Amino acid sequence: MPHDHHDHLSPSGHPFRPDNDSPLTYWQQMEIAVRELLIEKGVMTPAEIAAQIDAMDARNPANGAAVVARAWVDLDFKARLLADAAAASREMGFDIGPLNLIAVENTERVHNLIVCTLCSCYPRNLLGLPPDWYKTREYRSRAVREPRTVLREFGVELSDDMQVRVHDSTADMRYIVLPARPAGTADLTEAQLAELVTRDSMIGTGLPRNAL
Amino acid sequence: MKGRLKLSLMSDIDGRRWHDMGGQPAGDIPMEGHDFALWEKRVDALMVLCGGKGLFTVDGLRRALEDMGEEAFEKHSYYERWIASVNQNLIEAGTYTLEELALKMQEVAERGPSYAEAQTDG
Repeated sequence: MPHDHHDHLSPSGHPFRPDNDSPLTYWQQMEIAVRELLIEKGVMTPAEIAAQIDAMDARNPANGAAVVARAWVDLDFKARLLADAAAASREMGFDIGPLNLIAVENTERVHNLIVCTLCSCYPRNLLGLPPDWYKTREYRSRAVREPRTVLREFGVELSDDMQVRVHDSTADMRYIVLPARPAGTADLTEAQLAELVTRDSMIGTGLPRNAL
Repeated sequence: MKGRLKLSLMSDIDGRRWHDMGGQPAGDIPMEGHDFALWEKRVDALMVLCGGKGLFTVDGLRRALEDMGEEAFEKHSYYERWIASVNQNLIEAGTYTLEELALKMQEVAERGPSYAEAQTDG
């Protein structure tokens, strides 16, 4: 067995696709060749590549959830988040890179949904890599045309008087949804609140969990 | 010929290119997903590191992806298209030549039949 299986366990506990043991594909062959050429040419080191993968693995929706929970308990922070989501996230120690990041707030009257119709732009620094469905033709095409139907496929039923705003991302300008704080959570701590914040609630295809 | 090639990449109805999918009719959203394999994470890491080192930009990545056309989008997986684009951008940047790539890919294939065996550190 390749040692890589042990070094890179799935963060979600699901098995990886069995790529390491199945026959080498043309594209895997190209990945190895490109990586080795970059190393041989002195462009990058194996340690840099491993560190980048570790950094990426460390980014997951818990980062975004921490930002959301902070906004729920700290109104000054929330104001800063809505004014400049990248700067507010950096306050909490998250590396956002040079992106413009815009937080859009769900309220009793407005529900926000994010998409990238042109490719797959996503707030990866706060949520990790996008789920496969986010990158599909079906989601990219339909989210901007029939968002209520799309939301229903994700199990989100909105009342007719709820306004839906769909935000189309670009490589340089990405969105994250600030979901509405669930009712009955007045007694919860910031950490307990973060547990209620799902990945999909920050994309807009879901809602936060209800407090137990 | 060059002009005709460019035109053929456009939709013949509204001048959109194929990747500009917003608002087009499409079916139910496929909900199944997968955790990324190591080779996919490596492709992502190579793109991020090459970008950070100024070898090419995310716009360069997207240009090559979009020029692959719709067939590549349907036929190849996300990171398969990404490594093809990363490779094209690096060749264009002069980081290595097509000949060097061909030799290296052959060397990789000769190491063994699986991804793990084809690594020097596998």
